[in-house]
Amino acid sequence: MDQNIRRTIILDNYEHPFNRGIPQSNDYIKHNSNNVSCIDNLDLYIKIKDNIIEDIKFEGEACVISISSTSIMIQNLIGKSIPEALDIIKNYQNMINEEPYNEEKLKDAIVYNDIYKQPSRKKCATLSINGIEEVLKEYLKKEEPKN
Amino acid sequence: MNREDFPMLKDDIIYFDNGATTLKPYQVKEAIIEYYDHYTANAHRGDYAISAKVDNIYEGTRHKIKELINANEDSEIVFTSGSTQSMNYIIFGFFAHKLQKDDEVLITVSEHASNILPWFVIAKQIGIKVKYIELDENYNVTIENVKKAITPKTKVISLAHITNVIGDIRPIKEISELAHQKNIYMVVDAAQSIAHKKIDVTDWNIDFLVASAHKMYGPTGIGFLYGKFNLLEETIPQNYGGGMNAMFTKEGYYELREVPTRFEAGTPNIEGVIGFNAAIEYINNIGISKIEKYEHELKTYLVEELKKLDFVEIYNPNTIGTTVAFNLKGVFAQDTAIYLDKYHICVRAGSHCAKILSDALKINNTCRISLSFYNNKEEIDLLINVLKNSKNIWKEIL
Ligand SMILES: Cc1ncc(COP(=O)(O)O)c(C=O)c1O
Repeated sequence: MDQNIRRTIILDNYEHPFNRGIPQSNDYIKHNSNNVSCIDNLDLYIKIKDNIIEDIKFEGEACVISISSTSIMIQNLIGKSIPEALDIIKNYQNMINEEPYNEEKLKDAIVYNDIYKQPSRKKCATLSINGIEEVLKEYLKKEEPKN
Repeated sequence: MNREDFPMLKDDIIYFDNGATTLKPYQVKEAIIEYYDHYTANAHRGDYAISAKVDNIYEGTRHKIKELINANEDSEIVFTSGSTQSMNYIIFGFFAHKLQKDDEVLITVSEHASNILPWFVIAKQIGIKVKYIELDENYNVTIENVKKAITPKTKVISLAHITNVIGDIRPIKEISELAHQKNIYMVVDAAQSIAHKKIDVTDWNIDFLVASAHKMYGPTGIGFLYGKFNLLEETIPQNYGGGMNAMFTKEGYYELREVPTRFEAGTPNIEGVIGFNAAIEYINNIGISKIEKYEHELKTYLVEELKKLDFVEIYNPNTIGTTVAFNLKGVFAQDTAIYLDKYHICVRAGSHCAKILSDALKINNTCRISLSFYNNKEEIDLLINVLKNSKNIWKEIL
């Protein structure tokens, strides 16, 4: 991928992140993702209805990779069913960990396909995505017995 | 100065994270290798020459520490794994037994976690209260604010001599004098100061003091606890086993050895003590007052140069220690650190384990530079140049 395009996409999402802010309504599930090395700290707000992710917002202080990857990935996830979202997340994690993945499912998130070259930044690139995955899996666990 | 003694500096790095740990002069490594190559033996088993040699160096190091901080007796020095263990040792081994419900311990929001969390734990266990001395606008502890914070319930004041985030220096002697007028114990965390300033536990009338060798050019995993002898006599050992007992019977009767040996159960970190010994010798050879003077000049130069850059925000321009906390305006601290790392400049980004300080600073994360005597003006000039080019930061790190 062209380095200039990569940089432009990341910076766009860092300087003008999608859906940054705290939701007004209380039908969001809140999850805090922070990095134990005690620096990145993001709150995620996820709204799920009928197993569809209706919205995700986030707020907090974090580095360029954490913020931009959150912004890009929530755009990929909104509107998806939980299984679809988990599949996208899995593909994303595989990309970060240098395992086989489907590029088409990741859209702009492929800008992080070389992040493995900076091992210390892998954590930044997966901070909020792992948090979202956790929330979705918890949600499924709670919902399943009812179905 | 003395750069030639530090092999790490030959690797083309600029090391500005001395608050986290210092580099080691080759003399420390060689002392440790000498032990493994020529007199490996356990301590306190001395029926043969090399074991006696181990004992000599082990106890000789205790004596060097006693001299360094001007304690009264060698037996007031206990070897531990470092500041954190020392702090836990006195809080759980002494204060947990000495303090009662509603007694108050005074700390500040800029203490290291190891001077906060153990107090929280005994607060839960026995109901003591942890209270905070207010910081002034430069994040300093003033004697007036200490006076304001003291109540008839105050039993302990526990402070870092120099803090790890802001690097401010506390007027320990004055605070300690005030404390003792009111029968308050004075505990000092000297982790950040001992390699940079003269410490005098007798003149300052300190009850307990802790430090780590790795922040004073020595190895990791070794440090010490100083306690006034009569207070150590009242301290309950936290580990039981070999080396610390005088005798025991099968019925369960036991007698412990004297202070400080009763606090050093098990085979000690001998290589650590031997490396520590070499490190103290190294510091003594330069002289702590010479170190202090040089580092102060260097820090003043760094702040002056940083002030010339209008896109840099300095959070502690007026503190005296060797630490500068700053951010590039509009750039997250970690991104700045990663950018500097491209030029092999090591600075720390984060909240520096003083998590509750972020409320006081109103910002969560900063880049921290903490200097040592082996840093120099050329390194600072290089840093300033790299910062001047930080318009390119995204090109460089993305
Ligand atoms: C002020 C202060 N106290 C205590 C400690 C803990 O030292 P150690 O990790 O060596 O136990 C540190 C280390 O960063 C420190 O800066």
